[in-house]
Amino acid sequence: MILKRFLKPAARKSFITYAMLIAAFIAVEIMISTGSASNMFKGLLIPFCVYSIAAASLNLTVGVLGELSLGQAGFMCIGAYSSAIFSVVTKDTITSAWVRFPIAILIGGCFAALFGVLIGIPVLRLRGDYLAIVTLAFGEIIKNVFAALYVGYDSSGLHFSLTSQGDLGLAPDGKMLINGALGISGTPKDSTFEIGFIVLMLSLIILYNFVNSRTGRIVMSIRDNRIAAESIGINITKYKLITFGLTAFLGGVAGSLFSHNLASLQASKFDYNLSILVLVFVVLGGIGNIRGSVIAAIVLTYLPEVLRSINNYRMLIYSIVLIVMMIFTSNAKIRGFFAASLSRLKGLVFKKDSAVKEGE
Amino acid sequence: MALLEVKKLGISFGGLRAVDDFSLTIEKGDLYGLIGPNGAGKTTIFNLLTGVYKPTDGTIRLDGQNITGKSNIEINKAGIARTFQNIRLFSNLSVLDNVKAGLSNHYAYSTAAGIFRLPKYFRKEKEMTERAMELLRPFDLVDDADTLASNLPYGKQRKLEIARALATDPKLLLLDEPAAGMNPKETAGLMNTILTVRDDFKVTVLLIEHDMFLVSGICEKLSVLNFGQLLCEGKTSEVLSDPEVIKAYLGE
Amino acid sequence: MAFLDNLINGISLGSIYAVIALGYTLVYGIAKMLNFAHGDVIMVGGYVIFTAMTSMHLNGYLSVLIAILCCTILGIVIEKIAYKPLRQATSLAVLITAIGVSYFLQNMALLIFGEKPVTFTSVVNIPKISLFDGQIVIKSEAVASIIISVLIVIFLSLFINKTKSGRAMLAVSEDKDAARLMGINVNKTISLTFAIGSGLAAVAGALLCSTYPVLSNTTGAMPGIKAFVAAVFGGIGSIPGAMIGGLLIGVIEILGRAYISPQLADAIVFAVLIVVLMVKPTGILGKKVNEKV
Repeated sequence: MILKRFLKPAARKSFITYAMLIAAFIAVEIMISTGSASNMFKGLLIPFCVYSIAAASLNLTVGVLGELSLGQAGFMCIGAYSSAIFSVVTKDTITSAWVRFPIAILIGGCFAALFGVLIGIPVLRLRGDYLAIVTLAFGEIIKNVFAALYVGYDSSGLHFSLTSQGDLGLAPDGKMLINGALGISGTPKDSTFEIGFIVLMLSLIILYNFVNSRTGRIVMSIRDNRIAAESIGINITKYKLITFGLTAFLGGVAGSLFSHNLASLQASKFDYNLSILVLVFVVLGGIGNIRGSVIAAIVLTYLPEVLRSINNYRMLIYSIVLIVMMIFTSNAKIRGFFAASLSRLKGLVFKKDSAVKEGE
Repeated sequence: MALLEVKKLGISFGGLRAVDDFSLTIEKGDLYGLIGPNGAGKTTIFNLLTGVYKPTDGTIRLDGQNITGKSNIEINKAGIARTFQNIRLFSNLSVLDNVKAGLSNHYAYSTAAGIFRLPKYFRKEKEMTERAMELLRPFDLVDDADTLASNLPYGKQRKLEIARALATDPKLLLLDEPAAGMNPKETAGLMNTILTVRDDFKVTVLLIEHDMFLVSGICEKLSVLNFGQLLCEGKTSEVLSDPEVIKAYLGE
Repeated sequence: MAFLDNLINGISLGSIYAVIALGYTLVYGIAKMLNFAHGDVIMVGGYVIFTAMTSMHLNGYLSVLIAILCCTILGIVIEKIAYKPLRQATSLAVLITAIGVSYFLQNMALLIFGEKPVTFTSVVNIPKISLFDGQIVIKSEAVASIIISVLIVIFLSLFINKTKSGRAMLAVSEDKDAARLMGINVNKTISLTFAIGSGLAAVAGALLCSTYPVLSNTTGAMPGIKAFVAAVFGGIGSIPGAMIGGLLIGVIEILGRAYISPQLADAIVFAVLIVVLMVKPTGILGKKVNEKV
């Protein structure tokens, strides 16, 4: 009631999400300190944050802008690698993880955003389907290039090669950073649940504030009617690019959390399937519903771990969910049928209430 | 100087000449009607004036400024706003947000100011909301401010589209069949609204309309279009009694 | 000579891409949707042939015919169940559904045939061609791919331009509503398009699996996406464009694999897509479409 009085509906939505997550965070901390959290559960805490950020930010492009991106894994990959390289190189000079890791996350996010804008420029002018296929292509390029990339550094600086380790010409004191398909190892394990939670909260604040601002309103107007948006003088490409860039940035942030949680990391982890998995979180949580993305990401990361038996059927179930969700939410006839039955059901349950309302 | 000066405008789609040798002059403060049978090219002219299509021939000047071939975004910034024959609202946004979207360019603040909730965000949003409410008032939409645009009844959707167009602070407002689908009572109300808008917001209005009751009721001057060409123009009463016009409308 | 070998391999692979790209281009041109599941229909075709040949001991050509039939029916069923309810929906909803269908097919195949790839026996048994005293040998699969793709392009062009159903497809691709007003059954035409596209996918599956005889549940995914790149490259909606695009992508991929880097061949193909979209988004033979206001 108090919330209702003091906050606008949009702000209320975001504050409920924040409150929910803070409560969950406190509950988890209590579970950990009392020793009632299993190791399996503790191992999932950072993935929860990673996938929540990845899904909520993808929802910005899918739900708020209304375009399909199949390259979220690619942006996560860029974020993961660039932040990990930074941390590996600086771990001897910057010893405090509280200083090093935030910088690493920002670097991861910025590199991902840079690539997001670079591929967004040519594509965002075109029909929506092209964005989907180009982001898919981009994700594959990133995965392939990183899998073929060798990077090392010595006293004379960084060395790159796309063929082999020997090709780098490292000095004897040199160290390998990225070892082709073997990926990157020796990343400091800076990701903790506490940092992950803070980063998740900050990401959500950015997302909600973005949506509930002038830019967010403009982006939604483009989604709802591009021609009308142009008619009121809105520069479509610019705002699409901003949205797409922010999605990429937060994807990179999620990737940074991911890479600092693993002792070694291969590019092959960031394949098309990961992009689709994140998309499933978005669709199941509700397109345009940021809180839904977070809940779906957490639930769908947790369930397969506890219900190992359904693991074989997991992707099959997801695929059916995607199809059914789309048909149910997009087909006016089917939607109308369900809305009608729902209101009839409500009418039965809340008969008294509605009678009073009508009497007013 | 005339507000809008169109000279020898023409466009071809493939081999089809949709508009040919069309000229039009509108003075500041006019309430001008563009009429003609279906398929005469009226909406095409709107699309040419607003930059949706690029003309193959001719020039368009707004307030002395040459806007021929400019993009629809530039043209809106130059001072032309429009509504659409088939209503185009931001259907998942509230009525208030539809108008605020129209105010975006005049009450700008950066994306960063929005994300980090800088003071400018609060100031501009407040100004925007106040201005949007002012724009909703003449259209009797204040009580619907929080309603989703798609949930508005048809007549109100048409009005909201006009309010949104006005939000961009245009010199010239183009209305594409504003009374389409309205009953006579709603049309009468709309006529009053258009007159109020013209006087209160100091805009010039050019409208396409089939409803002769509305056209003869509020338009001061008319141009009649037939087969993409100007058939005749002048004072409303004179044009409507012109035998050529009657022939074009009723056939022979 | 190695270069010529690579070139021939590229043209052979490109011919297969062309056959797949035709399916994309037809469906995109007429139903205005990107059918992500198209590549996976190839995989289904492959498994049907494999099953018919190994479990039922049928002749290769007969197996291909059965696969064409199965895939045609599959295409029609997919369209009816998943895409038809979404005719009026946003392209976003249609795309997500298509991805769902693609994943459904892949995971069904995974459950039925298991994770382990199977070895496919070539269905082609025409003689190979030997040139320059055997210095260059064109494998029989390559000969078959090239001949079949050219025949398909010719027949498809004739079908679309000369028959009533073909012209109905053209009309629907131009303007669905106008076509309906002209008395064309739009639903039937779209169904037919999916049927033809999926039948072609079965042919492509036979050729692809005969040339690269390893078959798994993801066999169709990458070739499918590359064939879409080919369709965009050639100009989406254009039949000769699909052929040209397919050949170019095939040659680029094989030459990239041979002369630049085997790991980066796919990346090169995708980079081509991004460059094409930047320079000429309508592709080599495509035309610009104006939006109605």
